[in-house]
Amino acid sequence: MADTGRYKDLTFWVLLLLIFGLLPLVKTSSYQLMLANHILIWGMFALAFNMLFGVTGMLSFGQALYYGLGAYSVGMMVKYLGQSWFLPGIGLGLLLAALLSVLVGLLIIRVSGVFFTVLTLAFGQLAWQITFRWYHFTGGDDGIQGIIPPGILSDRTVYYYFTFAVVVMSIWFMRRLARSPLGLTLRCIRQNPERVHFLGRSVRLNQLGIYMISSILSALAGSLMAGVDYSIHTNMLYWTTSGEVILMSVLGGIGQSFGPFIGAAVIIIIEDVVGARTEYWSLIIGIIMMVMVILFPRGLVGEFRALRSRLRSLTVQKRG
Amino acid sequence: MDPVLILDGLEKAFGGLQVTSAMSFSVEQGQLSAIIGPNGAGKTTLFNQITGYLKPDRGRITFYGEEITGLTTEQIVARGMGRAFQITSIFPEETVLDNVRVACLSRLNQTRRPLKAVSNFKEATDKAYAILESLGLKNHSDRLAFELAHGDQKLLDIGMALGLEPKLLLLDEPTSGMSPEERQLTRDLIKKLWKEFNLTMMFIEHDMDTVFGIAQVVRVLHQGRLLAEGTPDEIHNNPEVISAYLGEDLQ
Repeated sequence: MADTGRYKDLTFWVLLLLIFGLLPLVKTSSYQLMLANHILIWGMFALAFNMLFGVTGMLSFGQALYYGLGAYSVGMMVKYLGQSWFLPGIGLGLLLAALLSVLVGLLIIRVSGVFFTVLTLAFGQLAWQITFRWYHFTGGDDGIQGIIPPGILSDRTVYYYFTFAVVVMSIWFMRRLARSPLGLTLRCIRQNPERVHFLGRSVRLNQLGIYMISSILSALAGSLMAGVDYSIHTNMLYWTTSGEVILMSVLGGIGQSFGPFIGAAVIIIIEDVVGARTEYWSLIIGIIMMVMVILFPRGLVGEFRALRSRLRSLTVQKRG
Repeated sequence: MDPVLILDGLEKAFGGLQVTSAMSFSVEQGQLSAIIGPNGAGKTTLFNQITGYLKPDRGRITFYGEEITGLTTEQIVARGMGRAFQITSIFPEETVLDNVRVACLSRLNQTRRPLKAVSNFKEATDKAYAILESLGLKNHSDRLAFELAHGDQKLLDIGMALGLEPKLLLLDEPTSGMSPEERQLTRDLIKKLWKEFNLTMMFIEHDMDTVFGIAQVVRVLHQGRLLAEGTPDEIHNNPEVISAYLGEDLQ
């Protein structure tokens, strides 16, 4: 079991490094590069979300709070202090996400199930409202423009490789975590929290820990995104952003290690391709989601694996 | 030697229903004892109070000389209490090995480690394999827990409790839902584990062959009270127990 798991991971790693690593070397437009950058960052954001939902069983509908916090940390630092504060802004975002996630986490992990979900949504919307209304400080609905990374990072290709490296390291960290005793404990919490108590482990403390880790990684994704788009907007804090990572995870497969990343890639590509032809692209996404949830609940990656193992057992039968 | 566990005047009511009343007894080091009684006698409720899952209304629970009344389950487990469940309580989507290994990791205080792979924790892994070996489940190590037969899942549940290296192991109906053959095997296994791991064990059981076959001490619960306590022979011949629970046919 453990070895096949490692093998499956290996396939993904090879594809990730090859496709996204070589992309700038083949002839790509700056638009295509930006699209690839979006996939990397959203993929990482979705994976971080899935550490909470797919792994630990905590459905957060408010991860946009941390995504936006990361983005605004960078944006405001650059706006008020200047371009050279871009990287310290990323650091600030991580720090603030760590602090805020502990405070919010202590309040909301006391409740479970749908109540937890509603509270995450409430905190997320609160942050959105504050940012939206506080025009003088945050720029409100105008957002913040002209967030250009400093020095060599201002080069599109260099910045792409910078985010690529950060995303790869983050995913590597999440994969290590999934195999570690902490990851095992978190999966156990999703499957049978009561038994975890009887193994002498606190469910709440572990939930708080992963809420913190997931939130910090979400902030990292948001801060990286600021440098891709050169601008940020209150939409990054809006509940639809939280909803988007849920869709990506469900589409790719929440029980599959890299499912959410694949889901992110598929949704972004659909948005781009369909969005170029019709403004009703969200309708297409909606239909795809309905079909997936009803007919293919294991997600793209899960169904693909199931299909492959079915084909394999068929060929074995024929041979036998 | 001081008793492992002392219950002193435990009381618990659910609304108007008294589920535990004036419950006092003590469990000696190394003892293999059984708790019997009709359904609703308060057996599982008693285990829930001992393990901190329920808080008694009154009374004291002392574990190795320390009062544990009011402590959380985690704190009580950390002090050396292990428990297996009547309705099997496992982690269905993890491997059989990992179900036991997570308990071993917990005992070694290593469950918070975020980077090193589980399989590289040698002490916990070796211990988990040793436990699976004793339970006869080693061949199933790599299977997912939900794929096991019911009887094997019950053993796995016990294996998880063993992974904690408990000073006191509580088993809630270890043979429930098993076939007569499985029961016989489990009975032998419990006795074997008790000796092999030097355990103090207390189990709830309805299967009288198991109770009278292996227990050194039997305690009878009836309507939340301790009706009788004694050796299997004493219990077997106790007129009160016979009329309340065992019935005439056992005579």
